[in-house]
Amino acid sequence: MRPKSHAFRSAAKDALADETLQDALKLFATGFPEKRRKAVAALPEFEALREAAVLIKDHTLAHLDRYLEQFTDRVEEAGGHVHFCRTAREARETVVAICRKQGARTVTKGKSMVGEEIALNEALEAAGITPIETDLGEYILQLAKEPPSHIIGPALHKTKDQVSDLFLEHHTPLGFDERQEEGEALVAEARQILREKYFAADVGITGANFLVAEGGSAVIVTNEGNGDLTMTCPNTHIVITSIEKMVPTLADMTVLMRLLARSATGQTMSVYTTLVSGPKRKDDLDGPENFHVVLLDGGRSALLGTEQQDLLRCIKCGACMNHCPVYGAVGGHAYGWVYPGPIGAALNPALIGLKESRHLPEASTFCGACEAVCPVKIPLPMIFRHWRNQAFEKNITPFFIRMTLKLWAFLALRPRLYRRFAAFAAWGLKKSPPPFVKGWTDARDFPKPEGRSFHAQWQKRGGS
Amino acid sequence: MDTVTKKPSVGLFVTCLIDLFRPSAAFATLRLLEMAGCAVSVPDTQTCCGQPAYNAGDRKSAEKIAKTVIETFEAFDYVVAPSGSCIGMLRCHYPEIVKTNKAWRERAENLAKKSFELTEFLVDAVKLEMKIPQPARRIAMHDSCSALRELGVQRQPRQLLPLTEIENSDRCCGFGGLFSVKYGDISGQMADKKAAAIQASGAEVVTSCDFGCLMNIEGRLKRLGSDIKVRHIAELLAEILDAP
Repeated sequence: MRPKSHAFRSAAKDALADETLQDALKLFATGFPEKRRKAVAALPEFEALREAAVLIKDHTLAHLDRYLEQFTDRVEEAGGHVHFCRTAREARETVVAICRKQGARTVTKGKSMVGEEIALNEALEAAGITPIETDLGEYILQLAKEPPSHIIGPALHKTKDQVSDLFLEHHTPLGFDERQEEGEALVAEARQILREKYFAADVGITGANFLVAEGGSAVIVTNEGNGDLTMTCPNTHIVITSIEKMVPTLADMTVLMRLLARSATGQTMSVYTTLVSGPKRKDDLDGPENFHVVLLDGGRSALLGTEQQDLLRCIKCGACMNHCPVYGAVGGHAYGWVYPGPIGAALNPALIGLKESRHLPEASTFCGACEAVCPVKIPLPMIFRHWRNQAFEKNITPFFIRMTLKLWAFLALRPRLYRRFAAFAAWGLKKSPPPFVKGWTDARDFPKPEGRSFHAQWQKRGGS
Repeated sequence: MDTVTKKPSVGLFVTCLIDLFRPSAAFATLRLLEMAGCAVSVPDTQTCCGQPAYNAGDRKSAEKIAKTVIETFEAFDYVVAPSGSCIGMLRCHYPEIVKTNKAWRERAENLAKKSFELTEFLVDAVKLEMKIPQPARRIAMHDSCSALRELGVQRQPRQLLPLTEIENSDRCCGFGGLFSVKYGDISGQMADKKAAAIQASGAEVVTSCDFGCLMNIEGRLKRLGSDIKVRHIAELLAEILDAP
């Protein structure tokens, strides 16, 4: 996916003015947080699980090389293949090559953010292979030719009305020429259409929520069961995911599983949880003959051993974006790349560069709601700060802002001069707001000082 | 008044926004601290806690300012500010800012331990036991993000004053310092949601432990033509206690 994060400001402006999107976001704002709150309240050991999850992930990341090797050995013993890909390009070329080798014409796909990251659909299409998204949200977006706006609810920016229109437009040629308006009817229609695709597909591609080193297993969690049909029906199953999804053991996985759905949607567990370990075995009744795991680095290994390594604990639950007031105001597309919301603001600079994404860590009030709900306690605000420091040091922060801050600091370090400045400011602000605050005054009145500053009054009283 | 035990010495950190815009909140804080039996000083070498620089990535300036604040306040028994966000700087961020220098880190940690937001100081540190009369007006409470999530201040203001809860009281009002100007349209929408929640609560007054949030909320309420009053919690407490 080509990043458009540099255009965050204008994209945010458009998003704020988009009434349909704002309606969708209003519904979203109360849904997930409330469900999560209830699920967490019902599980007394939730906090303890978070602590355990941090330990598990930190341990895994400290020994990631070892666990990746163990995982690879287990997959190969089971007759599968593991492909290590340094870049997005390597990953998509690897997937395309596997599909070509199978002579694939159509490919069914479960939801995968790494798939988005490496622009897999575009690469498959360019190779003459038709990808079919099977997650309902992703399917809707494929019809609409839009990227996901949320990592677990990819189409949550779409209203039911828009989906009705899309289905009518795209399904009429397939014999479904009645405009469906009820959620259930829409789902039933998509189901009927997708059903055939599963059996016709030559290759099934899924993501993975976790990789388990001890058994060489990929864990795929869905609510729709589309992942299971995608991975069992075609002759070849490709798992496309990234290296940090690793956990050492099944026991470790269950700790993270208990946090995942509760943090994401407030469910105790997602509806379908499937572990796949290698291709179909001799006595298996079904399953793919070929099994491939394509592992993307994509800039992640460079985070190991740095202060930003905590980012690699992420289990992609989306809780941070569900609770983020900035995400809630502008939605996911404004962020301009695969991962929106707080995790995107912290992770994207590492994956696509700070120059491209500098607005994302800036566009935060440091309210800390994201860190408070993160199941693996990623210190997201501290990571935004890290990127802001970098932007300042590398002169990516605009000159005017840097100079204003330097001037402010110059005054703040000289109390007597500062008092004179404050006296001047108190006098000036009584008359009118300062220049350069249009951003504030567009929606709000600018505050007026009461009169002389506190310190001026205090000095006059003789300091008592 | 002679007392057997020595009065605790408190350095009042006025904060730059209150110094400039709402001195009455600082005078109210002084009154409250004195009522609570403290010997209050207002060091004249103080300016700002350095948050604008720290949040904008200017680490060098933030470090210089942090060291000045540490030097200014470390001799007191306590440093108190009518602000969760400035105390958040002192308590949570100064030790991080100077962490590479052991001596400074120890001084920062020492200061962090005695830094208090006003309401938590009154409730938790000096355990103010004062009968606070029922306020005549309905007062809505906005929890500032720094007070709530950096300091864990939520119970203390409610213990001091009967307050009306607003919907999503823990949701950010959209201030965020420079954010409110740089991303003014996003910030404005967040302020609008906050203002709507306050209006829906039926309160006549809205208060908070942080003046930054209040500036933002007041700006939006005024733009909407609302006559809801916006007061810092120090002002409300001092007023109620001073009332005949």
